Amino acid sequence: MRYVDEYRDGRLARKLAAEIAELAAEPVRIMEVCGGHTHAIARHGLEDLLPPEVEYLHGPGCPVCVIPMGRVDDAIALAAQPGVTLATFGDLLRVPGRRGSLLEAKAAGADVRMVYSPLDALELARLEPAREVVFFAIGFETTAPATAITLLRAREAGVRNFSVFCNHVTIVPPLRAILDTPGTRIDAFIAPGHVSTVIGTEPYRFIPEQYGKQVVVAAFEPLDLLASTAMILRQRAEGRCEVENQYTRVVRPEGNPRALAAIAETMELRDTFEWRGLGFIRESALRLRPELAEWDAEERFELPGERVPDRKACQCGQILVGAIKPHECKVFGTACTPERPLGTCMVSSEGACAAYYAYGRHAA
Amino acid sequence: MVATLPRTNELVTLAHGSGGKATRRLVEGLFVKELSNPLLDQLGDSAVADGLAFTTDSYVVKPLFFPGGDIGDLAVYGTVNDLAVAGAEPLWLSAGFVIEEGFPLDDLRRIARSMATAAAKAGVAVVAGDTKVVERGSADGLFVTTAGVGRMRADFGRPQPGDRVLVSGTLGDHGFAVLVARGELKLESALESDTAPLNRLTESLFELGPALRWMRDPTRGGLATALNELASSAGLAVRLDEQSIPIRPEVAGAAEILGIDPLYVANEGKLVAVVAADAAEEARRRLGGEAAVVGELEPDPPGLVLLDTALGGSRIVDMLVGDPLPRIC
Repeated sequence: MRYVDEYRDGRLARKLAAEIAELAAEPVRIMEVCGGHTHAIARHGLEDLLPPEVEYLHGPGCPVCVIPMGRVDDAIALAAQPGVTLATFGDLLRVPGRRGSLLEAKAAGADVRMVYSPLDALELARLEPAREVVFFAIGFETTAPATAITLLRAREAGVRNFSVFCNHVTIVPPLRAILDTPGTRIDAFIAPGHVSTVIGTEPYRFIPEQYGKQVVVAAFEPLDLLASTAMILRQRAEGRCEVENQYTRVVRPEGNPRALAAIAETMELRDTFEWRGLGFIRESALRLRPELAEWDAEERFELPGERVPDRKACQCGQILVGAIKPHECKVFGTACTPERPLGTCMVSSEGACAAYYAYGRHAA
Repeated sequence: MVATLPRTNELVTLAHGSGGKATRRLVEGLFVKELSNPLLDQLGDSAVADGLAFTTDSYVVKPLFFPGGDIGDLAVYGTVNDLAVAGAEPLWLSAGFVIEEGFPLDDLRRIARSMATAAAKAGVAVVAGDTKVVERGSADGLFVTTAGVGRMRADFGRPQPGDRVLVSGTLGDHGFAVLVARGELKLESALESDTAPLNRLTESLFELGPALRWMRDPTRGGLATALNELASSAGLAVRLDEQSIPIRPEVAGAAEILGIDPLYVANEGKLVAVVAADAAEEARRRLGGEAAVVGELEPDPPGLVLLDTALGGSRIVDMLVGDPLPRIC
């Protein structure tokens, strides 16, 4: 496959791995923030190529994994209302709330549809004017612009039977929360590529400047991750500590101003928002602006809005801050499996635990 | 008012139909438990006894017509292939039709004709049938169930370490062709389903004698699911070489875009076979142009499927957990 296989070349990978081995004079723990990175590391067996000194810790960048159970319950309650069609991304369907998932709600008769884009949900509303179509929106700054554009189009076209249940989150506050967590063992970060196409590289500067840890914004193919790892090690070897950009083929320092403008036009920061495993983080999520109340499902429908505490046995919080590895969790692979996930990291294929489980890193 | 739904622990979800772990739990925990007998309990693609093989399969594909095939030839080939990979020469099929009120007769005729063509191509006869019409809304257009009987021909040897794993051609074509044909993904491609009878291919392998160890048509759940079943039933490990697995560039591209691993995607005209190492080249020649040796059996770790990645790492290829994908067979 052109433009992809080039980034998976085994010969180049071995060359980069040799370079990494030479640079890795001492143990280094690198947190890859994004679930896409976690998935790529597991899927391609990247860790097999690395020297034992280099360890990846898997961060909170899987949006499906950090959605709190209470919000899933709200979505299920929305879907259960007469006349409501709930549309969302496929990997959200299996996320467990307190009483089951959207997939189970669908089996019980709720009208739940899988879409690949919020625009498809808007189209659904146009095609079925008698139904109230609610888009269950999640994701970081990566997916927020698509929701924003959809909202702007809905307003422009005057589509009244469409609304958004907004659960968009932002990347910087959880990074700061992780850095402030006692017991954090992170030496450097591989920053998320797709989020950075939107927000640029500037927002990460506080990490080297205030916390003294290297940051490299990385793309998603295995050679990208190896190259980014080498860049981090080179910074450390040369005594540098800064934000570097490995994903130069897509990411610009200033990000995507038009996408940022669309987000700003439609959404504003919430005072606080709950993250599964991490708890409440101030100013870490987005809601619709008051002028879009007509398209805001939280304004239009009554929601239970109940907080559901994380399961006691689940150690996702410690995994998300890099304190333990997935297979070190007490319930990994026993009480908690991708089929019946207890914790968030086991839910999406981009969650650290699901990736470990599916690709057998625990058995290695 | 805040609406609530009934507790759903006891309901069937789409995950139960995905061919993965949830399906296995449903089949083993419910059907086999209630219907247990020595033939059923083996859970092969066909039941085999007294020199005969017997199997059945239902078809609920959507859309009914897709590039490269339709529900009619799919229903014939699917059952023919289940018999063929069990080591049988397919003889007779039955066909049951559940038709939704309002279904166009022209479409039904087209599907029946396509079944006739498929049966002729596979050298089998449809010798019994049944028709039921249900009210509008009680079925989605048309569901077809076929059953088949075949005469046992193969003399399988026991899978053992060192044996080679072969596939007869590119993987994932059917699953992605149907996904794209549904039009929901807004992808365009020239992909066609690989729907085809396998009995000519399997017969060419019967001649290898006991050097032929095991065969399967990797339909729902794909190659990964078929090989997981092999690994656990044989108590051996399967080690795959990612670079040898034939996948069309269009399929690989669609897989990347959608985040779907082609190893888990359905095929409807592909054979996966395990043969003794010294028969591997002969088997590959018999399977034809696109066939490839993609891996081998190893003693350890028993029950696992491993993949050596193109990058030079390795990982486990687990059973599918259950996915939100639309139905494709």
